[in-house]
Amino acid sequence: MSDHDHNHDHANSRPLTDVELRVKALEQVLTEKGLVDPAAVDALIETYETKVGPHNGAQVVARAWTDPEYKKRLLINGTEAIAELGYSGIQGEDMVVVENTSNIHNVLVCTLCSCYPWPTLGLPPVWYKSAPYRSRVVSQPREVLKEFGVELDKNTEVRVWDSTAELRYMVLPERPQGTELLSENELSSLVTRDSMIGVEVLKKAESQGVSE
Amino acid sequence: MNGAHDLGGMHGFGDVNPEQNEPVFHAEWEKRVLGLFVPVSAVGPFCVDEFRARIERMGATNYLSTSYYEHWLHAFETLAVEKGCVTKEELKAGKSFTPRGESTPPVLAKDVPYISSHGSSARIDEAITPKFKVGNLVMVNNNHPENHTRCPRYARDKLGSIEKDNGVFVFPDTAAHGQGDNPQHCYSVRFDAKELWGSDASEKDSVYIDLWDDYLTLA
Repeated sequence: MSDHDHNHDHANSRPLTDVELRVKALEQVLTEKGLVDPAAVDALIETYETKVGPHNGAQVVARAWTDPEYKKRLLINGTEAIAELGYSGIQGEDMVVVENTSNIHNVLVCTLCSCYPWPTLGLPPVWYKSAPYRSRVVSQPREVLKEFGVELDKNTEVRVWDSTAELRYMVLPERPQGTELLSENELSSLVTRDSMIGVEVLKKAESQGVSE
Repeated sequence: MNGAHDLGGMHGFGDVNPEQNEPVFHAEWEKRVLGLFVPVSAVGPFCVDEFRARIERMGATNYLSTSYYEHWLHAFETLAVEKGCVTKEELKAGKSFTPRGESTPPVLAKDVPYISSHGSSARIDEAITPKFKVGNLVMVNNNHPENHTRCPRYARDKLGSIEKDNGVFVFPDTAAHGQGDNPQHCYSVRFDAKELWGSDASEKDSVYIDLWDDYLTLA
């Protein structure tokens, strides 16, 4: 393969952008020096693209909803309780779980960068990392939540958690009404990423409704 | 550093626009950047505080007009050069100017499952006396360091209460600049929304911020 080919995107044969060239150059130089193993880069990509994601956090939530003793442990020591289910790791070394109830609504942000609990929620979505959310959710949480479709009663207490240190937060959303007969597995399928960030309140899924 | 990264409470960035069914990555190069984090930080080596400090120094205009993974790329390039792993000229040329050494990369593919599922905690197992107790009222020091800090501007000179002692952690302000871990207690500090944002804020609302001993004074 010629150098010319290296500097084109094969999918649509356009020239590589400046950013693409810089990424290629960095990885190439470090690889040539024997400092980086490209297969390790591949393995990390695969881990975060296919294995780690909000389905992990959903398991934690469903367990907490169905096992009161687990929930107690989760709220006292999030790190250890989450480790029981095997979802530890980078950007989840020290976890704190905060519980949403009928009168307390927790919501997460990192105003200074984009800290996020990777092992339970995966990599953060673009909006979470962007200036509009990071600037506004600390000062106007109710307005931001309204944009996400969450209208809170004025008597609900809103707690915004700004992850300025190495603690990583996760919201334990309130269990939707009418889900009493669902199994832990069925419950986990109701739990969304946004509900564990605190920008969504879960509603009972109609398709999974329990017949009267 | 009072940089553009310190966004809490700023106006003018518009609405939050969540993308429906957002993919994990939006381009192939983003994947490579994500995948390089662990290997490159092991090569430097550098800690997350050094990494963040380089992003904060990329310049306000540059910071706000580039994406998350472009911030990472900037930090990798800057630190790889600063730590003597590569030269600017090599990065520009896209090739190494020295013969490959005998070294084995510090992170191999076989190490990835262990590293990704264990991480590396910034918690320090050292008995250090906390300066504050749960329930103490504290003022956030009104300092404006030009270097890295994790004390957001919107909290400075504000009154809060210690809700929880999270334990002893690396102090980012020194660790970011090669001045040591300076281990100290880090607390969850609760602020009334009215204290931070004035009379328009709801008396029901609050913001919890994680702050270290050196950021706080007993009120």
